[in-house]
Amino acid sequence: MNPLPGSIDAPRCSLAGLREGARLTLPLLPGVVVFASGFGTLAAQKGLSLAEAMLMSSIVFAGAAQLVVTEAWTQSFTVGALLAVALVTATVNMRYVLMAASLRPWFGQLPTWQGYGSMLLVVDANWIIAMRYRADGGADVGIFLGSSLMLWAFFVAGTAPGYLLGALVADPKRFGLDLLLPIFFAAMLVPMWRGARTALPWMVAGGSALLIAYLVPGWWFIVGGAIAGSLAAGLVDEQR
Amino acid sequence: MFGPIVAILVMATAAHLLRLGGFWLMGRVPLTRRVRRMLDALLGAVVAAAIVPIVAKAGIPAVLAIATVVVIMAARRNEFLAVSGGIAAVVLARGAGL
Repeated sequence: MNPLPGSIDAPRCSLAGLREGARLTLPLLPGVVVFASGFGTLAAQKGLSLAEAMLMSSIVFAGAAQLVVTEAWTQSFTVGALLAVALVTATVNMRYVLMAASLRPWFGQLPTWQGYGSMLLVVDANWIIAMRYRADGGADVGIFLGSSLMLWAFFVAGTAPGYLLGALVADPKRFGLDLLLPIFFAAMLVPMWRGARTALPWMVAGGSALLIAYLVPGWWFIVGGAIAGSLAAGLVDEQR
Repeated sequence: MFGPIVAILVMATAAHLLRLGGFWLMGRVPLTRRVRRMLDALLGAVVAAAIVPIVAKAGIPAVLAIATVVVIMAARRNEFLAVSGGIAAVVLARGAGL
């Protein structure tokens, strides 16, 4: 792999880096635990077992996709339903393609298995932390790994209390638990605001989703609306 | 028919293929600015697409909940307060018969 232009060192992984990555992640942990608990609560309401919910958090490790798929959970899946699960997961997580791609110039210098292995841990938070550190000229992959391990541990562990709480609630509607998904997503959306240019894809996505929801049964409105919004972002001119 | 564990494995496979695929792709296929812009916008679009129809179906309590969440997040950037506030708004609105 070609190293980045400029005088950035070859990648290395140090204990100090692991610790620094973990430290940089601390401010994000309350949000991670709230999100994981929200998923746990939803999982309990939709009939997943605690073990299934924690398995999902530990091997899928993608909060937004877990919320969406769990919202439409069933106890037995046809081949078609499994395809839908794969498609929804892929759509919600398509951004990982871009995030992993942007880490290539740095992690591509590692031995192959280490580079690819690291990518299995990519989520939004550790990617942002790693990219900021890299932009400041750092090369220690320990930053990324320390942050990843911290996020993973708290995300998996945080699933349990939410699940146990959710399993206690007999009347989910009365406690607003049927609206957990939009409530969590609204909280996610606010920090993504980058001025008016973010509004157009969101409006296109929301509008098309509304239309699709009226026309097509099931949860296809999320995939359809998301693709419409993304296309809108692609069509908007650069200078906007 | 397949059980929940199979569905979870399918999700994990899909998520990890994207993570590995992006890493593999870089350097082989040029990611144009347009493609980058589309991928960048995708999560926000997913979130917006999920919120709008659900809120439209659930009516006034949902609208109040989302408004509460957005106001708290914009003012305090605190997920716990925002989510709690949203749930409280639903409970109060439904309790009031809205």
